[in-house]
Amino acid sequence: MPALEIKALHQYFEQGTVNENHALQGIDLTLEPGEFLTIIGGNGAGKSTLLNSIAGSLPVTHGQIKIADHDVTYQTVAKRAKLISRVFQDPKSGTAPLLTVEENLSLALRRGAWRNFWRPGVKKSDRALFKEKLASLNLGLEDRLSAEIGLLSGGQRQAITLLMATLQMPELLLLDEHTAALDPQTSATVMQLTDQLVRAQSITTLMITHNMQDAIKYGTRLIMLDHGRIVVDVGGAEKQGLTVPDLMRMFKEQSGSELTDDAVLLS
Amino acid sequence: MSIITSSVSQGFLWSIMAIGVYLTFRILDIADMTAEGSFPLGAAVTARALTTGHGPIAATLYGFIAGALAGLVSGLLHTKLKIPDLLTGILTMTGLYSINLWVMGLTSNLSLTTDPKLKTIFSRFPVGDDTTTVIVIGAIIVVIVIALLVMFFNTEMGLAARAVGNNQAMSAANGINNDNMKIIVYMVSNGLIALAGSLMAQSNGYADVSMGIGTLVIALSAIIIAEIFLHNLSFGMRLVTIIGGAIIYRLIIALVLELGVDPNYLRLFYALMLVLFLAIPTVQNRFRQWEQRQANRKRMSED
Ligand SMILES: Nc1ncnc2c1ncn2[C@@H]1O[C@H](COP(=O)(O)OP(=O)(O)O)[C@@H](O)[C@H]1O
Ligand SMILES: [Mg+2]
Repeated sequence: MPALEIKALHQYFEQGTVNENHALQGIDLTLEPGEFLTIIGGNGAGKSTLLNSIAGSLPVTHGQIKIADHDVTYQTVAKRAKLISRVFQDPKSGTAPLLTVEENLSLALRRGAWRNFWRPGVKKSDRALFKEKLASLNLGLEDRLSAEIGLLSGGQRQAITLLMATLQMPELLLLDEHTAALDPQTSATVMQLTDQLVRAQSITTLMITHNMQDAIKYGTRLIMLDHGRIVVDVGGAEKQGLTVPDLMRMFKEQSGSELTDDAVLLS
Repeated sequence: MSIITSSVSQGFLWSIMAIGVYLTFRILDIADMTAEGSFPLGAAVTARALTTGHGPIAATLYGFIAGALAGLVSGLLHTKLKIPDLLTGILTMTGLYSINLWVMGLTSNLSLTTDPKLKTIFSRFPVGDDTTTVIVIGAIIVVIVIALLVMFFNTEMGLAARAVGNNQAMSAANGINNDNMKIIVYMVSNGLIALAGSLMAQSNGYADVSMGIGTLVIALSAIIIAEIFLHNLSFGMRLVTIIGGAIIYRLIIALVLELGVDPNYLRLFYALMLVLFLAIPTVQNRFRQWEQRQANRKRMSED
């Protein structure tokens, strides 16, 4: 049973107007459990649109999406949250700023589960787990359970968001340039943490990155998107042996245009 | 002295309304005009129930429930039909005007004092003179309301509701149904506002169809007074300070009336007061900028 199965997925923006934009032009993609897919492509290639379609924040007009055999094509974001967890590009997006660290973690611990009004939102028994998980980040956050999360730095918040995304093992983890807004140092730390969390639990993951080096270094499979199509799909040993110039050459072959490191970096 | 005690007693009743408004205003970031209809709705329902032989506790609860239903209507209009929040409130409020008249039996004013046997929640449980009774019972109800709210907003569901007001993308990504949570907050909020209307009617001895005018402005003023004096409080402490805000506000109004201002001009005064409160942060900012500019000019001219 594949972890993710996308069939003939199309997305249009402003369909039927002069500005019609056929952002995804027939995506077929199947991921086996435990696969860690990195996604690259130029600015506007449709990478975010693909992840938004999987997460449910963009309704699907054409095609089918199945996650672990559940057809989620017509499900809302909240419904799909049972199966999917997500880290956004903006560190502010993944956490509720006025809630404390432990409140945010507690919310994530019940991702997709029913929430009632007699059990406490933050359970004493969960605090030990939170402390242990936070300590593993090595950011000194284990002592800040009751700090408002909005007061933490972007890197700290992004690390916590990652933790939140993996607190309840998801069928699918979606990462959309989740290190792009961080400084290079923090970005590298969060990237390593990602790799560690994903591999520890063999979480099936889709990660968009603008950093070709990261795309090669991390993950088990790599796809390149161009004009809403998958133009390169490599895995296994072939992916291990890739270099950045290889990727640029592949892009040129496929799309006929030049993919400079800059074009990707700026996306 | 009587100004102070009567302000305290009215302040307690207003604080219940202000706490109700606080929920939509600060948790959902919506200034919900439904308040202007649910306040008299609570009054009307309770007055009608009392005059048709229901006991005061039941009548007060009916008022609360009616308000919660008004909140449900606004919540559904806003979340399911995607009508902008401000318009949603205006629509419900406008509709409620007719409903309130209907509830009161098509009169604009329903007296609770014509029947000497009729007991309000205050005359049913007298603690002393009228004002003292309103203070004591009002305080008891506020304490219960705050305790229940603090408990609720710390449960799994309450936490989810707070997250919705804070970051909707995050809450949805964690499986929270944003619409349902907003509807719940709308219901609790308007239930409390109607409860305040119910108690106000029982304290004043009548329900009046126009008693809701100014509800939102009064409540927001009370909230902002509380926030001006104390920053960075926990949710529970913030609710407690709103009691203070409501009492202070009521005192200001009482003083203004004492100074001989015609009560007919009171609502103009409410509006001007809120403009003032809302302007304070901007004025402070401008002043700070002006100071900085002065200092900078001085430095530049010295160089
Ligand atoms: N909400 C939207 N409304 C209209 N057009 C959009 C929207 N989101 C994305 N697009 C367009 O769809 C195309 C793909 O965008 P996106 O998926 O964000 O690209 P990427 O993430 O690969 O940079 C772009 O041309 C973009 O302008
Ligand atoms: Mg993007």
